[in-house]
Amino acid sequence: MMRDQKLWTWHVGAGVVILVLLGLHMTIMHLDAILEFTALNPAGGEPIDWQNVVARGKTLIFPVTYILLLGAALFHGLYGLRNILFELGPNSGLKKALSALLVVAGLGLFILGTWSALASFTLARSL
Amino acid sequence: MKDSTPKEVLYRVRRFEPGRDQVPHWQDFTIPRTPGMTVLDGLWTIKQTLDPSLSWRSSCRMGVCGSCGMLVNGRARLACNTQVTELGSGVVAVAPLPNFDIIRDLVPDLAPMFDSHAALMPYLVREDVAEQEKPTGEFAQSQEELEHYLQFSYCIKCGCCMAACPTVATDPVYSGPMPLGQAHRYNADGRDGGFARRREVLSGERGPWRCHFAGECSRVCPKGVDPAKAIQLMKRELVWDYIRLRKAPRPACVSPKPTEIRRRPDIPEAPARTI
Amino acid sequence: MPKTQGLPNRLGIRGWLGGGRWGMERYLYTLHRLTGLGLVVYFLLHIIVTSSRAFSEEAWERAMGAVSGGFFRFGEYLVFAAFAFHAVNGVRLVLVELGFGVGRPIEPVYPYRTSVDHQRSLAIGALVIAGVLAVLGALDILMMR
Repeated sequence: MMRDQKLWTWHVGAGVVILVLLGLHMTIMHLDAILEFTALNPAGGEPIDWQNVVARGKTLIFPVTYILLLGAALFHGLYGLRNILFELGPNSGLKKALSALLVVAGLGLFILGTWSALASFTLARSL
Repeated sequence: MKDSTPKEVLYRVRRFEPGRDQVPHWQDFTIPRTPGMTVLDGLWTIKQTLDPSLSWRSSCRMGVCGSCGMLVNGRARLACNTQVTELGSGVVAVAPLPNFDIIRDLVPDLAPMFDSHAALMPYLVREDVAEQEKPTGEFAQSQEELEHYLQFSYCIKCGCCMAACPTVATDPVYSGPMPLGQAHRYNADGRDGGFARRREVLSGERGPWRCHFAGECSRVCPKGVDPAKAIQLMKRELVWDYIRLRKAPRPACVSPKPTEIRRRPDIPEAPARTI
Repeated sequence: MPKTQGLPNRLGIRGWLGGGRWGMERYLYTLHRLTGLGLVVYFLLHIIVTSSRAFSEEAWERAMGAVSGGFFRFGEYLVFAAFAFHAVNGVRLVLVELGFGVGRPIEPVYPYRTSVDHQRSLAIGALVIAGVLAVLGALDILMMR
């Protein structure tokens, strides 16, 4: 049963990916006033103003990196949550149920997030 | 001893007698304080002079057998290795090692730890079984190769690391620092060829994956075995193995005994045997 | 599972919170777990809330309006600080849990210098960097008003 050996390796790999991508996202969203990112906030004001959301959303790199970050973060976060829950010592039936629930929730949110990234790309392009 | 040192010491011992008690409870004993007294010495004094029913495990009283692991003032230690003076002048609170069922008083049930240990094949696994049964020579191993695992071979299986581990506190499936540290001790031994067989257990839930380097196991280990180090080194091997970067070393070969030996001229003959 | 005899004596959740006398890395482990849980919960909600940008500007403004109060602003700062700690400590964990920075196997001579002592400077460095990032994040929020 190779499972945890594989899953943990991917967990660590996903962590590194998140470090880079979420680090960028956090810098754009929360360190913009200090670092003054005019390129990514061309309309001035706050990063979450609609004009800035559209301006970023027009470029292809944003939905692509968002989808990458979404996948990595969902896997990393839900595997971590699975670890915490499994360490509480549930019986094997409950373990299977929890795993299934986490996989379903992860896939569902991945589909939702991917759809929003692509739909907002299309929307931004049309504006 | 200085005049200001108290003449007595108060022991607060966790008692539990199956059949009589529903839950464990504390019991206080006051005994004379003697110079160089260890926690274990105090327990013997209590048993001999105050309450003969007090139960615990001990044997060598010098920190090599691993029998007397207990929770002393909230920390997993060997009772024989812990001086009463190093605990300060307050109460000496002695309880059984946590994360193991209590059989009676200070006696933990270590069987699950030994079962996990056995499942990880803590012995040399080689294909040439005949050579191991009837050796013709020694297995070749350099000093450098020895140092890869020597530190981890000092484990006395006392269970203190298991008591300190946060994962063992809640997870009954996780093998724990001692079995995993010992699995690495054999994986890192150049004479061993059992990595693939141990990997069958190590790749799953009973592997090192639920270790998150809280480091408490290494901090409490009375022999300096550093199981945390062993587990992280083992994780590296297993990850490298998964991404196929691991160089699988061949188990050490047998060095046959030399057949043509001549004494060096400047070394004298041994004296004749007298027996 | 192995059968046991005797009174169950696991520390349970107390074992996560403080069964004995601990070192710094033990608390870092607990904090890493807490920040991870906080980040996961926030993230699952975040995916849903930000999906509003795919519909229209009005949907986006409604969603942003719903999360614009002082409580939410402070919560977002906590998320940033939690990420700062979790990411920087995570870098330390990636290094250490792959066996880098824990030292080589040595002959144990009392007082023992364990892997925990060996990586202590990494842990302190991680805390310092996380602290700096948290302060920068706080400054950023204050500069925006």
